[in-house]
Amino acid sequence: MPGLVLPPVRQAFRAIAQTVVPEAATMGESEWMALEGLVEQLLSQRPALVHRQLGILIHAIEYLPLLTTGRRFSGLDAARRARFLGRLASAPLLLLRRGVWGLRTLVFLGYYARPGTAAAIGYRADRRGWEARR
Amino acid sequence: MSERTYDIVIVGSGAGGGTVAQALSDLCRDGVRILVLEKGPKLADEEFTGQEIEMAAALYEQGGGFLTADGTMTLAFGRAYGGSTVVYTGTSLVVPERVIAGWNVPGLTHSDLAARAQKYKAQNNVHLLEPALLNDNNRLFVEGCAASGLHAEQFPLNLRGCRGSSLCNLGCPNAAKLGTHRVQLPAAERNGVEVVTRADVRRIGEDRALTVLVSPKQPGDKGLPSAWSAGEHTVRARMVVLAGSAIGSPALLLRSGFGARLPRLGHGFTCHPAHILVGEHERPITNDVGHPKSFFVDRAVEDGYVLETCMYFPFTTAKNLTGFGAPHSALMRAFPRLQMILVLACDKAVPQNRVTVDAGGNPVVHYTFTAETIEAMVRATRAAARIFFGAGALRVHAPSADPPLIERRDAARVDELVSASHFLPGRVSVSAAHLMGGCGMGRTARDSVTDTWGRVHGVPWLYVADASLFPDSLEINPYLTVMAVADRVAEGVRRDARTLLAAPEARTA
Repeated sequence: MPGLVLPPVRQAFRAIAQTVVPEAATMGESEWMALEGLVEQLLSQRPALVHRQLGILIHAIEYLPLLTTGRRFSGLDAARRARFLGRLASAPLLLLRRGVWGLRTLVFLGYYARPGTAAAIGYRADRRGWEARR
Repeated sequence: MSERTYDIVIVGSGAGGGTVAQALSDLCRDGVRILVLEKGPKLADEEFTGQEIEMAAALYEQGGGFLTADGTMTLAFGRAYGGSTVVYTGTSLVVPERVIAGWNVPGLTHSDLAARAQKYKAQNNVHLLEPALLNDNNRLFVEGCAASGLHAEQFPLNLRGCRGSSLCNLGCPNAAKLGTHRVQLPAAERNGVEVVTRADVRRIGEDRALTVLVSPKQPGDKGLPSAWSAGEHTVRARMVVLAGSAIGSPALLLRSGFGARLPRLGHGFTCHPAHILVGEHERPITNDVGHPKSFFVDRAVEDGYVLETCMYFPFTTAKNLTGFGAPHSALMRAFPRLQMILVLACDKAVPQNRVTVDAGGNPVVHYTFTAETIEAMVRATRAAARIFFGAGALRVHAPSADPPLIERRDAARVDELVSASHFLPGRVSVSAAHLMGGCGMGRTARDSVTDTWGRVHGVPWLYVADASLFPDSLEINPYLTVMAVADRVAEGVRRDARTLLAAPEARTA
């Protein structure tokens, strides 16, 4: 699904996604497209205001580390990214906390709703229930 | 734009609307025209696939992602033929006597509601699941409760032919759960009630005209198309029964301008805020097979909380665990070894928690966690952690701990590690699915929205028949009580219909 929201912030979004789900670092381009497609699909049902807010938040996460480290978020190593995002997730300002919560929720949606991921983590629910386990 | 006329219009088809539709449906034999308007679609049996994202999108309002005004809690409620009864787990508890006594609504008695609840328990084949069908997730809960001195009780469930898919919250793929979409609505339709889906009621006028917006079925959407053409319709009614949920019913009345005469409209919202906790075991357990919610612990009186077994799906689980990164991923990859408990706080109605509408008439839910609610969630979390460790878990993920993972070696420090100071709204995930209040029952318009028969104060043709009638928290899973209250409202509607439908203008058109 062609995206509208993520393309301008793709590099930063992928860096954030790899911080939220470290296994995402090993994904190929087609898997990224699947993840981002699911996120864009959800965002397409949300108002334009939400799209703008998300874009601003991702930009802020990308550029705020410049002030303290001299590097953008996507240029930090994994440990520093995790520390930075963790601080925002526990920030005194509710706006920041809920922003990070929403962003991580989008990443979880994109990552865990992809075909095959459920099986990869051992989730095996089947409509046949007990019969499928015999 | 079309115009149609009915005698009785019911807005919503869940536990409230479906019950009223069936209870009044025999009136159709006397020529009474009854219509149910449902905002969501009606799915064919084969469309219940159990796939998390597609089913959530099809069956829940906003795909299950409806947030409170400050974005700190997710509210999950159904939007389909059958409403939330399509997506609940079928738990069927009769309301405790103390709750009805505490509501102090004149004329509303526990014995009346209990008798009505029994009728629907029989109708919906409510029974206890046989032990052979219980999974490890539920058995470990019982073991953990025994080890930690808590009394686990088994949920009565409204099932017939349960195969144990574990997918109740995504709509049973085996048609085993007896919600209103399987029992009451089909019975009502057989008797002549008309049900129109994808029909969103935007406004009710003082002239008893409803403005209804019918949505077209979009490419890729699940469900049947609406029986009516897409677009705006006007429906004229003699009597109107609102059963569009604790969010939908007050919002509809507010955007229709009833707020001026009903100062309590939208007030009294409660929802049993909940955390999902997981405990990781050493070996795989059966968790994603079998009925997910078979047992509970009721500590509402003593500690203000209820614990329930549960098992959710990968995205829902990921979203509800606190944090991210390697510890979160490790827990997700332990899915086959996870035990899960839902902790619910019995929140109380307070002035700041209420439903309003925005400039477009869309519902906005304002919710602030009171200190009492947070303390109840903390006590519940500590109790759940003890249950996990009592059942042998290696580690427990507790949202109100920082870091949220508690290792077995620290099991004795649960009270110290789980604390209200770590309950940081916006960081911890909180969700709720027991939405109540907003059109509370009571004496007059000064203290409530309706009388004890669900009749809106000062509007004798307008009724409410859903969980919005509850003047305060129910402290148990609400659906059976919604049915009991709706049955009572239907009795009042039937009684009033003798007068309201006998008026000369009733038979025009």
